[in-house]
Amino acid sequence: MSIFLDKNSKVIVQGITGREGGFHTQRMLAYGTKIVGGVTPGKGGTRIESGQPVFDTVKDAVEATGATHSIIFVPPFAGADALWEAHDAGIKLAVCITEGIPAHDMLRVVNTTAGMRIIGGNCPGIISPGKSLVGIMPAHVFKEGNVGMISRSGTLTYEIVDGLTRAGFGQSTCVGIGGDPIIGTTFVDCLRAFAGDPETTAIVVAGEIGGSDEEDAAAFIKDHIADKPVVAFIGGRSAPEGKRLGHAGAIISGNTGTPESKVKAFGAAGVPVADRPSEIPRLLAERLKLVPA
Amino acid sequence: MKLMEYQGKELFRRVGIPTPNGVFATTADDVRTYIAAHPGSWVLKSQVLMGGRGKAGGIKFADDAQQGETLARELIGKTLKSVQNPAGEQVKSLLVEEKVDIASEAYVSIAIDRAARKPVVLVTAQGGMDVEEVAEHDPDAIKKYWIDPASGYSPFIGRLLAFAAKLPDGYRKAFPSILGALYTLFMDYGANLVEINPLVLTKDGRVIASDAKVDLDDNGLYKHPDIAAWNKAAPADEDQAAAVAIGLGMSNYAKLDGTIGVIANGAGLGMGTMDAIRNAGGAAANFLDIGGGAQAELVKKSYNLVTSDPKVKAMFINIFGGITRGDQVAKGIVEALAGDDVRKVPLVVRLTGTNAEEGRAILDRAGFVPVETMDEGAARAVALANGSN
Repeated sequence: MSIFLDKNSKVIVQGITGREGGFHTQRMLAYGTKIVGGVTPGKGGTRIESGQPVFDTVKDAVEATGATHSIIFVPPFAGADALWEAHDAGIKLAVCITEGIPAHDMLRVVNTTAGMRIIGGNCPGIISPGKSLVGIMPAHVFKEGNVGMISRSGTLTYEIVDGLTRAGFGQSTCVGIGGDPIIGTTFVDCLRAFAGDPETTAIVVAGEIGGSDEEDAAAFIKDHIADKPVVAFIGGRSAPEGKRLGHAGAIISGNTGTPESKVKAFGAAGVPVADRPSEIPRLLAERLKLVPA
Repeated sequence: MKLMEYQGKELFRRVGIPTPNGVFATTADDVRTYIAAHPGSWVLKSQVLMGGRGKAGGIKFADDAQQGETLARELIGKTLKSVQNPAGEQVKSLLVEEKVDIASEAYVSIAIDRAARKPVVLVTAQGGMDVEEVAEHDPDAIKKYWIDPASGYSPFIGRLLAFAAKLPDGYRKAFPSILGALYTLFMDYGANLVEINPLVLTKDGRVIASDAKVDLDDNGLYKHPDIAAWNKAAPADEDQAAAVAIGLGMSNYAKLDGTIGVIANGAGLGMGTMDAIRNAGGAAANFLDIGGGAQAELVKKSYNLVTSDPKVKAMFINIFGGITRGDQVAKGIVEALAGDDVRKVPLVVRLTGTNAEEGRAILDRAGFVPVETMDEGAARAVALANGSN
C-alpha cells in the first residue's frame, strides 16, 4: 500500500503540451505512471508523440479516460483557474507544481474545492516508489519500502531520501507538500493517511522555518501516532528573523515560525529532530529498534 | 513587498479609509513651502520600513514653516536605529501630516492565517502600541474573527468586533465601513498583512488611520503593475532588487552576516546548506537559490552577486542533480568562473545525483575542490574561510 497514489491511479496532465508538462509527462511515463491523457485548450483531438490523447477541457479528459488524478503545469496566473477546473470536472487529487501562485488565489481555492485533495502549489509532487510518480522528483533516488516521507521542499527532500535509500530505508510514499504559505495538503493530512497505511512503518517529517505546520504535526503525532516512529528535520534553523528565504512560507515573523518553537513541539511529542539531514537514517534506525517486533 | 506608510495610505484612500491631511516630501524646502501655505501644527514622519521609528527619533512636531524646514533637514539623510533594526535605515522622505487631537487609539489588522487558511481580523481597543505586547500582557483584549473568503465581509463582522473589543462609542458608526474597506484592500491587492495602528478617534469625533502598514504578496504584484513600479522606482529591499537584476526570483537571494557564500539549487537545500555551515562552525554570508536547471550564465551572475559582498571569504556551491546532470553543472561552473572578470574566492563544490562522478572529475581538473556530501563541503568551506586548507 501507499497513500494518495498507487500503481492503478489514472493521471492526466494539465498543460501536457507545454515545455515543462511535456518533459515531465515522458519522465512519469518512463516510471510507470498511468498517464491517460492531458489537457491543452485548443489542442483537443490531437495526441502527444508517445500516443496519449490531448483534450480541450479537464471535463472532456475525465469523461473520456476516467482519470482521478491530475498534475498541473501552468503559469502562476492560471494556477487557481486550473485547480477550479479540475475540481469542477470531479478530479479527486490534484498535484500543483506551479510556483508563484498568489497567496490570495490559493486562499480562495482551498476554501472552495471541498472533495478534492490538492497537493502544493510550489511542490515537487508525490511518489509511491515502484508504483507511480505524479511529480517532478528524480525517481532514481527513491526506493520502494516502508518509510513515509513528507517535506515542504524539493531538493532537500531528494537529499534526505538519497540518504535513506543509501542506508537501506525504502519509502512507501513521499509527499512534497510545497513551500507556499497557503497549501492544499498539510503535514497533518499526510500523517493521518500514513497512520492508516499498514505498509508505512516509520515516518520522516522534513519541515522548515515559518508558519505552524510543524507544531500542528507534532501535536497530531503526540495524540495519534504511537506505533510508528517519527524523525523530524527543520530546515533554515540558522536563518535570521524577517528574511524570506526562497519559499514564500519560510519566514520567521515575531514569535511565530521560529525553529525553537518547532524543536520544542517535536520534543514534546517524543520526536527526535536531526541537526543535519545525514543524521536521519541513524535516528530512524535507533527509533525502529525501540519498537517491539 | 512591504509598503512605506505614505504608499499604504495611498491605498487606504483608494478604498475609502480616512487618513490625516498631509503631503509627501523628499526635501526640506518642500516641507517649508507646504507648512507656509497651510499654517498649523504638523507632524513630520520619517518614511522607513523598520519598526520602532518613534523611539529612534524619526517623528518630530513643527508649529511653523521655519521649524518644519529645520527639522526636515535634520531627518532627511539621517540613519535611524532601533532595537528591532540595529543596522539602521536611512530616511529618504517624510510624510507631513496634520497633528490630530487624539481621544482614543484602537488597533485593527487583517492577515492570512496559514493554519486556518482564512483571513483573520484582529481588533483591540489598546491601539498605539505594539500588538505583540498587548498579546502578551492582556491577550483577552484582542478579539479575532476569521472571514470566510467564499462569503466575504459583511458589516455585522465590524459591529461584532467593535462591541467585543469594547471600542469607545465614538468608533461605532465608522468602524464597520472602515473594516470593510480594509478587507477590500486586503483581498483586491493581495496583502499578506494590512494594519492600522493606531486607528484614531479624534476629539472632534472623526475616525482616521493615523498609520498604515501594508505588506503585499510578491506573487500577486503582477496584477498591480502600478504598485510594482513603486518598488522599481525605489526598491525597499536591496537584496530583492539585486536578485531580480540577474534574473532570479525576488526572494531567491538574501544577504546574511557570515563569511561563506552559498549557492544551492532549491530553497530547502539552500536553507539546509546554511544550517550545515553553521553546524560546521561557520556562518553563511547569504542565501541564494539558483532554481532548477542551472545555466552557466546564471551560475556566473550568481557567483558575482555573492562575491560582490566583501565579507565573503569562501564559497560553497551545493547542487543536488536530479533532472539536471552533474557534468553539465560542473562544465557551467568551470566556464563561468574561467574569466578574469570574477572575484576569485576559495570554492568548494558539492555535486551529487545524476552524473555526479563525471561532474566531480571536471571540477577536479579545473582546480576546484569537489566534495561528495553536504557536511563535508560545509566543513571544507569553513576551513577555507578561516584561511586554512
